[in-house]
Amino acid sequence: MAASPAAQVNDDDVVAKPLRHPWRWVSGVLVIGILGLFVYSLWSSPSINHQIIAQYLFNPQILNGAVLTVVITIIAMLIATILAVVLAVMKLSPNPLLKLVASAFIGFFRGTPLLLQIVFWGYLGIIYPTLTIGIPFTSVVFVHGATSAIIPSLAAGIIALSLNEAAYSAEIVRAGILSVDGGQMEAAASLGMRGGYTLRRIILPQAMRVIIPPMGNEFISMLKNTALLEVVAVLELYTQSTMISAQNLAQVELLVVAGFWYLVMTTVLSIPQRQLEKKYGKGFNVTTARSRMFGFGKKQVSA
Amino acid sequence: MSRLMVDARSVRKSFGSNEVLKGITLSVEQGQVLVLLGPSGSGKSTFLRCINHLETINGGRIYVDGDLMGYRQAGDVLHEMKPSAIAAQRRHIGMVFQRFNLFPHLTALENVIEAPIGVNGESSAQAKKRGMALLERVGLGDKFDHYPSQLSGGQQQRVAIARALAMEPKLMLFDEPTSALDPELVGDVLDVMRDLAKEGMTMIVVTHEMGFAREVADTVVFMDKGVVVEAGSPAQVLDNPQHERTKAFINSVL
Repeated sequence: MAASPAAQVNDDDVVAKPLRHPWRWVSGVLVIGILGLFVYSLWSSPSINHQIIAQYLFNPQILNGAVLTVVITIIAMLIATILAVVLAVMKLSPNPLLKLVASAFIGFFRGTPLLLQIVFWGYLGIIYPTLTIGIPFTSVVFVHGATSAIIPSLAAGIIALSLNEAAYSAEIVRAGILSVDGGQMEAAASLGMRGGYTLRRIILPQAMRVIIPPMGNEFISMLKNTALLEVVAVLELYTQSTMISAQNLAQVELLVVAGFWYLVMTTVLSIPQRQLEKKYGKGFNVTTARSRMFGFGKKQVSA
Repeated sequence: MSRLMVDARSVRKSFGSNEVLKGITLSVEQGQVLVLLGPSGSGKSTFLRCINHLETINGGRIYVDGDLMGYRQAGDVLHEMKPSAIAAQRRHIGMVFQRFNLFPHLTALENVIEAPIGVNGESSAQAKKRGMALLERVGLGDKFDHYPSQLSGGQQQRVAIARALAMEPKLMLFDEPTSALDPELVGDVLDVMRDLAKEGMTMIVVTHEMGFAREVADTVVFMDKGVVVEAGSPAQVLDNPQHERTKAFINSVL
């Protein structure tokens, strides 16, 4: 039966004319049309000078700013992730004081605007004109000097972004750790593994699967939040573009230039996320029910 | 006189105000197999978990191969052990769980060699060699690079047994190892356990598999409501139970 040619149609074969969907076409054309008109109106606006956009797209000052933006993002994200794991473990620890401190940290840094925190770290030199790092109540001093010299605006910006991000990431990491089945801890314990080893080798690698997608989000947020460092005069992409536009008064054109590079960077930086998801997804199959429900996942090969 | 591998004396355990173990005393000699029977909620799984100190106990003492588990006795004073010392004690006690608890992010072989390398400091090459041999022994040599999600329940449980054996334990604890399996997969797991018993492994098995108990156990212990109701050879306890509760349970299972 299965090998019978298509020409031979049995009564019980389904040979039907497909249902027409005219409204799909109408709505599609309408949406594309409106979008096209909008883009055209922007592009043909006499107040946008295309030559200036082209001129500054690969301007060295802009490119330097873009590089600094990536560097700040990566450093701040690294510090934030390490801090986040520490905070998450503190919050899950049986020690009530550690729990309290972690909760207070998270509450404080999530509860105040990021812009405020950046300005605060930038103004640290006003609150503490000199800074001494050493062992309290002894004469041992590692660093001593003017605060603005020890923590320049770049460092202040990175500190502000890292601490704020750590508070958000801590909750993501904690959710990841909680998502790992309790039996994993028991199995590890029964094999004589200790707490730290179990966390590192058994719990965190499994938690990563849950942690990575939201952390990818955070990474992209971080990249865009670096623009806020303009208020403490860090020479990242947005600051550079506003400095140029302050001189040539082509504000919109330079916003287009900066926006283009932000888009490029966020797009490129999403690639490692997919790689990481693949790496930590090993051994975990997408459940067939979910793939059926949403229509993704591996295609079923019909027999 | 053979040495005692497990020596539990009047072990008591409460969860809040609920006392689940009300003074359990039993012992297992080296090379012997003890099967724990009892209705659910009788405390048999909890007792098993107390032996390797996954649960702390509220009273009594548990000795494994002469070592007091979880505590250090200095004169009349009992000290809680450091986590590192408890971890060291657990290395000699293998445990197999009802829900397998394989590490899902590791392949079968990686599951088996993780602890020998990470805990015992064995070389990777040596651990892999022994790991492969252990997987062969449980009949899964060809599945070494499969992740747990790619294995059937029975295969996962056999990997879990190999993982426990990789630490060269002197005692194996089995917590309802076949309860989560489809009926046709139970046999393979029981075969592995039977071989293990034949080779002289000391084992405590919580199970509802009466056939296995009859054939492999040296001692069968029937527990109910946190106490040992009856203990003896399989013939005594399974075929000629003295207590009403034991009779009722065995009739209900058969």
